[in-house]
Amino acid sequence: MLEISGLTSHYGRIQALKGIDVTVNEGELVALVGANGAGKTTLLRCLSGVQPVSGGTIRFEGRDITRVAGEDRVRLGIAQVPEGRQVFGALSVEDNLRLGAYCRHGPDVEADIKRMYAQFPILKTKRNQAAGTLSGGQQQMLALARALMSHPRLLLLDEPSMGLAPRLVAEIFRIIETLKSEGTTIFLVEQNAYAALAIADRGYVLETGQVVLVDSGTQLLANDKVKEAYLGQ
Amino acid sequence: MFAEFLQYLLSGITVGAIYALAGLGFAIIYNSSHVINFAQGEFIMIGGMATSSLVAAGLPLWAAVLLAVVITMLVGVAVEFFAVRPARNADVVAVIIITIGASIFLRGLAQLIWDKESHALPSFSGDAPIHLLGATIVPQSLWVIGVSFLSILVLGWFFNRTLFGKAMLATAYNRLAAQLMGIRVKRVLTASFGMSAILGAIGGIVITPITYTNYEAGVMLGLKGFSAAVLGGLGNGLGAVVGGLIVGIAESLGAGYISSSYKDAIAFVIILFVLFFMPNGLFGKRGTERV
Repeated sequence: MLEISGLTSHYGRIQALKGIDVTVNEGELVALVGANGAGKTTLLRCLSGVQPVSGGTIRFEGRDITRVAGEDRVRLGIAQVPEGRQVFGALSVEDNLRLGAYCRHGPDVEADIKRMYAQFPILKTKRNQAAGTLSGGQQQMLALARALMSHPRLLLLDEPSMGLAPRLVAEIFRIIETLKSEGTTIFLVEQNAYAALAIADRGYVLETGQVVLVDSGTQLLANDKVKEAYLGQ
Repeated sequence: MFAEFLQYLLSGITVGAIYALAGLGFAIIYNSSHVINFAQGEFIMIGGMATSSLVAAGLPLWAAVLLAVVITMLVGVAVEFFAVRPARNADVVAVIIITIGASIFLRGLAQLIWDKESHALPSFSGDAPIHLLGATIVPQSLWVIGVSFLSILVLGWFFNRTLFGKAMLATAYNRLAAQLMGIRVKRVLTASFGMSAILGAIGGIVITPITYTNYEAGVMLGLKGFSAAVLGGLGNGLGAVVGGLIVGIAESLGAGYISSSYKDAIAFVIILFVLFFMPNGLFGKRGTERV
């Protein structure tokens, strides 16, 4: 479904990605783990079209989207939950959801909002509050729900567990598993390697802009190098 | 005594309404791009000048007004397209200076198309003054206040009730996230220039029967609209309206009770005061956001 090949990207003269090859198949949950500064966020920014690509290609459902403008990618079926949630703080929870469906005009938007409220009941009780007044965990759920409002075929998640209490992290990952079981293809980028690999079909380990390991999630969890570097064992 | 005060107050509210519209124009563009558009005053001037010459050419008033608003909107869109967009990777300060350039260009253009003379426009519904508790008000003042109020209401409806309005707000709060929603942020920027130009034009048209207009009438009106926006807190719509009324009333009271030679200075004294003592303005946010 998603094929990244030989992708490179620069910040000025500094090369942040040095030829990344990643494949995500339909229905899969693929995790990308790595330390801070390994290039995880840069890769996701390239995927959503807000970071210039200096070489290589990104193909989505067979189509080359490397040069497609960022705002058009969501129309193709790629939605992103950005790092740090990035909800529209001064707008209400419901308006945030409605903007998630910005590309999909039509009467079923209201039905989708109801569906999101059923899935995330806390959002329903806070529907008229400004999104900025929500707690970190609630904002993360809102960011997830907002992304789902566009009916994505591929969901990109950037550090969904960042800054959350352990109980909330568990809840977020439970939601991600549910989404996967409902058939959404998910590309999950996480610093929390243990939690991410535990639910992933396959995983990639990124180090200083390069993929150094590729394997199934369970294999990577058992891998000595991964254990040492990312799981603290 | 009271009649005199009421008289100053009424003329302050009238001119303040125009400042409020100009201030809103500053706020809309500032929100979508963090640029302060110093060509805002020229939008006011073009609205008045175009209506005046279209009426002189024989068009009925309503048609002239409509056409002038459309022309001004197109000028606003052109400023964004030809002056601001090519510099989209430049510093905000550089873009602000570009808008100053655009304003000088528009003034020059107006001088070429029209002339250096004053241009008038007949009052919309006669000149018979209305007496009110010892003060008098011309019917055109009521037009100014009423049309401004209506414009503000429509604007509020647009931003709070329409999806595109909300998308514009979303872009102002978080451009990256807006882009991820599929909002075409370039289009938002163009729309913000068009809307600001419409607001300016409306202000320019309704005030021209009272003050007349000429090719450089926009300079002062624009700067006072800027004072209004700064006083209210840059980027805050309600603030721009309140700021506009305060600047207008302060100016009118100052001119009446102190000296009319200080009339224009008052707005700038207010700006200095705001910048020294309350740089966020009356309604500006103090940067308290949960991370």
